[in-house]
Amino acid sequence: MSGDTPSIIAFEDVSKWFGTFQVLRDVDLSIGEGECVVICGPSGSGKSTLIRCINRLETHDRGVVRVHGVPLGPGERLPRELRGKIGMVFQSFNLFPHMTVLRNLALAPMRNLRMDKEKAEETALTYLERVHIGDQAEKYPDQLSGGQQQRVAIARALCMQPDILLFDEPTSSLDPEMIREVLDVIFELTDSGITMVCVTHEMGFARKVSDRVVFMDHGEIVESAAPDAFFDAPREERTRAFLNQILHYEATA
Amino acid sequence: MIGLFRRPWVRRVLSNWIQPAAIAGILVFAVMRGAENINYRWQWYRVDDFLFTSENGAWAAGPLVQGLFVTLEISVLSLFLTLVIGLVTALLRLSSSMVGRGLARGYLELIRNTPLLIQLYVMYFVLGPILGWGQTTTAIACLAAFQGAYTSEIFRAGLRAIPRGQVEAGESLGLKRLDNYRYVILPQVLRNMLPPLTNEAVSLVKNSSIVSVIAIFDLTTQGRNLIADTFLTFEIWLTVAAIYLAVTLALSTAAAMAERRRAGA
Repeated sequence: MSGDTPSIIAFEDVSKWFGTFQVLRDVDLSIGEGECVVICGPSGSGKSTLIRCINRLETHDRGVVRVHGVPLGPGERLPRELRGKIGMVFQSFNLFPHMTVLRNLALAPMRNLRMDKEKAEETALTYLERVHIGDQAEKYPDQLSGGQQQRVAIARALCMQPDILLFDEPTSSLDPEMIREVLDVIFELTDSGITMVCVTHEMGFARKVSDRVVFMDHGEIVESAAPDAFFDAPREERTRAFLNQILHYEATA
Repeated sequence: MIGLFRRPWVRRVLSNWIQPAAIAGILVFAVMRGAENINYRWQWYRVDDFLFTSENGAWAAGPLVQGLFVTLEISVLSLFLTLVIGLVTALLRLSSSMVGRGLARGYLELIRNTPLLIQLYVMYFVLGPILGWGQTTTAIACLAAFQGAYTSEIFRAGLRAIPRGQVEAGESLGLKRLDNYRYVILPQVLRNMLPPLTNEAVSLVKNSSIVSVIAIFDLTTQGRNLIADTFLTFEIWLTVAAIYLAVTLALSTAAAMAERRRAGA
């Protein structure tokens, strides 16, 4: 890791099994405060599981995950003091379909931060402006395009003022022409000081936005490097093979 | 002439009015024939006194309408309890607690595999005295326990139909488990469940007639007592059936309207 910032997320020898299948193998990873880390790798390599272990949507079976210095053991859920501090953006948006956009954003702050309705909606509107859809506040999610929905989801996560944001393949279920608008919004967040961990296959985005790229395969971290070093001079054979596979067309185009 | 039957408006009139009228006509004819065969003497004019009575110019509910109120009271109260039992049972069945799942499963199998009438007798003669319950309480508890078992399956299906991602989204926003259910999950479940829940409410109203066996003066009991007094078997049973029908049809219509409004929202 970069070394100059204190670590906000740390995996220490973390393993996890789904039945007999080992999804995470002795993972060691430390992420600094404010860092933006992209995690890539073939499907089934454990990327999503890894970041879901940070906000405890999954629990691990061996080792320790530290979040904000709080050690979390196997099976341990997210302790109260960390709740709402780790936002997540999902591949399939997961907006609440029965609520307007505005209410999607205002609900959690009202219930958790004890904000009154007016204040929560005001905050919600600020964040909607920030992801450039202030004019859609009164619509329902299914009236929006995929790209707009994902931007709402990002704004919703931001409303809880998290200091960690996890992105689980945020553009994978979007039509190609909408990927850009979502990536732009994520890019704009890099100077917010929020620590970001993003699972994605968008290598151009990884190169431009991240401080570090982590490559996973078969549940282990194969390589972890600054984007230029990662893309221009990958050390590991497996990394090279992976990059060859997914960059082939981009390179020849 | 054949062409006439192909025209849309003719077909509409046929299917909306003439067909139902014909079927109703056949039914009425059958009842009349049956009555004629046993030399039944129709006395419909006596029935309105059983619906409403007027004494000295003041209108009051007759026995049938009084019975209807009792039926409605029991139905509404046990419907409320049914929803609570249904939800709790469904949550227990989906919970990670083995004891919870076992309890829910046991309750479900017990209720579904014994006759409602026997359940009512057991509650009335065995549990009632132990718990100090009167007839009405027993009746409400029994109906709710019965319908709650079926409703819990509807809740369970409704809960399982909510994508896992919805729960996770709520969790990742830091919503407490109870808030997550209250604001995110249940509203979606209820919306999906409205049609099958209406069916449960309708069955509940109909099943409530069974409480007549433990001397509650509901619509059915009132009807039976009137017949014992007046021997107006055909008129009273037909009237009682019509009243039940009016209540259940009103329920389904209201639910259909609510559903349409939500769909429009």
